[in-house]
Amino acid sequence: MMISLNKETLKIVSEQDVVLFRQRLKEYASKIGMSLLNQTKLITASSELVRNILVYARQGEVIIEVVTDRLQTGVRVTFKDQGPGIADIPKAMQDGFSTNKSLGLGLPGAKRLVNYFDIQSTPGNGTTVTIIRWKR
Amino acid sequence: MDRIPILKMGHFLLVTIQVDMYDRLALNLENDLINAVQAHESKGVLIDISAVSIVDSFMGRIIGNIATMSKIMDAQTVVVGMQPAVAITLVELGLPLAGVYTALNVEKGMELLQQKITEEAEFDIGEAEEDDDQPE
Repeated sequence: MMISLNKETLKIVSEQDVVLFRQRLKEYASKIGMSLLNQTKLITASSELVRNILVYARQGEVIIEVVTDRLQTGVRVTFKDQGPGIADIPKAMQDGFSTNKSLGLGLPGAKRLVNYFDIQSTPGNGTTVTIIRWKR
Repeated sequence: MDRIPILKMGHFLLVTIQVDMYDRLALNLENDLINAVQAHESKGVLIDISAVSIVDSFMGRIIGNIATMSKIMDAQTVVVGMQPAVAITLVELGLPLAGVYTALNVEKGMELLQQKITEEAEFDIGEAEEDDDQPE
């Protein structure tokens, strides 16, 4: 059972929101005593995912939460948008696949940097990505 | 406001990134640097990222682009001061920055740039001499 201890929702509309979001995320992660390396991995993964919101959906929201499952504490981040969605998730998860001339490292790279990664998407209805990075 | 200052030091350009990077800022830097290489006929570009705590795939790509573009413009690029957590994260993300010269700090980076430029000059001279040795 996972308990959410602390929660904050941020709107993502511009690149300035991304800067603010990364700062808030760092505050949450350092408050629970997450190691610098894990903080860096969490924020880098989040940076990839929040860019996807801006690039593909133009806007969306992120939820930052401190979560615990009694054994460990960590930070969960949920990225939600009402954009075009992803038609082929397995393909989007492949290294080097991109519909946007980018390097195609965002989704698979973000997954490698966190402990938990979940992606739900319906074409035409938007995408929700959830990640968790444990404290250690 | 969306500009990172570029300092000219003899044949080199020096950039110290002291703020959180976001995409527009990185793109402007790429553009400004390449223009500065041409304007000042620079032989080397040194980018200090010791104050940068997050490098994601976009910023990583920009760093790679700057190195490739300056190479085409006959200038060498050295990236210095990468934090260990950033290096680990970049490799796990899948972006090992192959083809970008790196050094631990500004001093070592300057030495490396000097060395690269001397090597290139010697190589050019060597090639010219070889041409002279052609049998008549």
